[in-house]
Amino acid sequence: MSATAQTRMTYREACKQAIRAAILADKRVFLMGEDVARYGGCYAVTKGLAAELGEDRIRDTPLSEGAYVGAGIGAAIAGMRPIVEIMTVNFSLLALDQIVNNAASIPHMSGGQFAVPLVIRMATGAGRQLAAQHSHSLEGWYAHIPGLKVLAPATVEDARFMLQPALDDPNPVLIFEHVMLYNREGDLDPGVTAVDITSAKIRRPGRDVTLATYGGSLFKALDAAETLRQEGIEAEVVDLRVLRPLDMATVLASVARTRRLVVIDEGWKSGSLSAEIVARVVEQGFFDLDAPIGRVCSREVPIPYAAHLEQAALPQAAGIVAAARAAVKGA
Amino acid sequence: MTGKVHLDHAHIRRLLMAMLRIRRFEEKCFELYTTEKIRGFMHLYDGEEAVSVGVIEALRPQDAVVATYREHGQALARGIAMPALMAELYGKQEGCCRGRGGSMHVFDRAMRFYGGNAIVGGGLPLAAGVALGDRMLGKDTITACFFGDGAVDEGSFHESMNLASLWQLPVLFVCENNLYAMGMAVERAEAETHIARKAAAYAISSAVVDGMDVVAVEIAARQAIEDIRKTGRPYLLECQTYRFRAHSMFDAQLYRSKQEIEAWRKRDPITRLRAWLEQNNLMHPDEIAGIETAVAAEIDGAVAFAEAGTWEPIEELERYTIMDRVPQ
Repeated sequence: MSATAQTRMTYREACKQAIRAAILADKRVFLMGEDVARYGGCYAVTKGLAAELGEDRIRDTPLSEGAYVGAGIGAAIAGMRPIVEIMTVNFSLLALDQIVNNAASIPHMSGGQFAVPLVIRMATGAGRQLAAQHSHSLEGWYAHIPGLKVLAPATVEDARFMLQPALDDPNPVLIFEHVMLYNREGDLDPGVTAVDITSAKIRRPGRDVTLATYGGSLFKALDAAETLRQEGIEAEVVDLRVLRPLDMATVLASVARTRRLVVIDEGWKSGSLSAEIVARVVEQGFFDLDAPIGRVCSREVPIPYAAHLEQAALPQAAGIVAAARAAVKGA
Repeated sequence: MTGKVHLDHAHIRRLLMAMLRIRRFEEKCFELYTTEKIRGFMHLYDGEEAVSVGVIEALRPQDAVVATYREHGQALARGIAMPALMAELYGKQEGCCRGRGGSMHVFDRAMRFYGGNAIVGGGLPLAAGVALGDRMLGKDTITACFFGDGAVDEGSFHESMNLASLWQLPVLFVCENNLYAMGMAVERAEAETHIARKAAAYAISSAVVDGMDVVAVEIAARQAIEDIRKTGRPYLLECQTYRFRAHSMFDAQLYRSKQEIEAWRKRDPITRLRAWLEQNNLMHPDEIAGIETAVAAEIDGAVAFAEAGTWEPIEELERYTIMDRVPQ
C-alpha cells in the first residue's frame, strides 16, 4: 500500500496506519492491550499488525487493566514509549488508580525527576446498543485530572496523525476514539502529514451561533448545521479535538464572532466537560454573549440497550438544531 | 548466620551500619514529628530494617527499586542521600522531590528508585512495567518491588504476579509481612495466611525468610535473584517482620497487645546482630560505638541541611505538572 495512493479510508484504518507507522519508526514504541494481537482488536483496529510486527510489539495482555496500564507506566518511565489500548473507557475504571495516582501524579510528585511518556487509547461512546457497561463517555472525567492530556480525534485525519505527537509528548496522553467513528470514511489530504495536539479546529465557519463539540458528536453537529443553514442560520462548528488542556482561545474567538454558544457533549451534564466549557465562556467571554448558552448532552441515565431508548438518551442533530435555534431566536 | 554470602568484616559492618542509619534516622524523625518539623502522614520502619538492608545489599546499581509508603528504610538502604531525604520530610526544595512528595513519595532517579507509593499495591504493576521496559531495552536488570501484607489483599498483587510470570519478567517481589495492614491482621484479611504459597498459583517460586535476620534476608535475596537469572522468571520473597512502632503517627494500637510487641522486640534485628557480633568477637564494642557516632554525625548533618533548606517558591507550584521533556 502506498502512502499517497489511498486517500479515502475508514477511521479504523487511519488508527491502524498510525500505530503501524509509529512502531516502525521507533524501536521503543509497542502496543499492548486485550486481544490486540491474535484477535486483531475488539474493534479490529490492530488486525494483522501482530503478524507483521511480532507479538512483542503488538502484545496481548490478560484481562488485567490495572496491571497492564501500570506496566505501561513503568515501561514508559524505564525508557519505552508504550501505547496501551483499553477496550473501552468503561473498562478503564479498573485502571483508574494507575492512571490518576501514578501516571498523572509521578512527574509532579517526584519533583520533575520522571516523565511518563505513555499513550493510552480507548474506545468511548454509545450507539451500538451495547448497554450501560460498554457505552459511557467518561473522557470528561479524565479531562479533570492535572497531569494528563486528553485527545478526541473525530476525523480520519486526526485519527491518522494525532498518535505520533501524542507519543512524542513527554506526558501521559489519553486518546478517545468514539465507537461510531471506526466505520466512518473520510479523505486524507496527501499534503497533510502531521497535525497538532494543542488546538481546536473550526470544521465549518458560520456567523450566527457556535456549536462546540468533539468526537462522535462532531458529525451530529455538522448535520445540525446543515439543517440550520436551510433555515437561514449559519452555525460555526468548533471541533475541540483536545479536551485537556482545552483550547479556549478558539472557542472564545468563535463566540466573540457569533455571540451565541451551544455545547454538545455525549457525556452527562452534571459536573462535566460541557459544564467546564460553559463556565469558562461565562468567566472569560460573558460580555460577548447575546443569549443564554445551550447544552445538548446525554440524558442522565446509564445508557440503555433498547435502540429507541439508547437514541433518546444521546445528543441528536434535532436537539442540536433546537438548541441553536433557541440561542439565535430566543426560546 | 552463614550461607553463600561471604561475611567478611567489611560486609557485616556495612549491614550493621545500614540498619543503624535507618533506626537512628527514624528516631530523629519521630522527634522532629513531635516538634512539627515533619508533618503529614509518616510511617516508621522501626523493626523492619533487616528486610530492605538485606534485599538491597543483593542488588546492583543498575537494578531498580519500587517502594512502599513506609520507605525511609528502603530509600536509605538504596543510597538516597540522607540530607536530601530529611529535607524532603521537611518539605524543603532541597529534598529529593523538592518537598512535593514528603514521607510517602520518595523518588530518586539516579538510584533508580521509583517511589514511594501510598496506594497499597500501587507499585506492583509499575514494577512489572519497569522490568518489561528494561528487558525490551536489552538491559540485564532486576526490579525489586517492596510491598506489605496489605497489598496482598489487592487485585494489583494478583494481576501483577500473573503478568510478571506470564511475560517472564525479572521482578523480585518482596513482601514485608509485618502481620498488620494498618490495624488489619493478616489472619483477619487473608483466607490463605501463608502469603508465599500464593505464588504457586502464578507459577512463581517463593521462599519465606526471617525478616528479623539481616544475613538470612540477604542470603534469601541472593538466592532469589540467582533463581530469577537462571529461570528468567519472577520470584516472591516473603520476609516475616514486625514494626515496633505504630502504623503511623496517629495510631492507638488497639488491635495488638503490648505483650506481642515486647515478644517481637526481643527479635530486634539490630540487637540481634550486635549480640552475635559481640559473642563471636567479630566486632569490638568500640567499633560499634564508632559506627553509632558516625551515624549520629550524619543525622546531625542531615537535620542541619534540612533546617537550612528553603521553600520552593509558590510561583513554581504548577511546574512539572506537565513536563516539557523526558528527563534523561
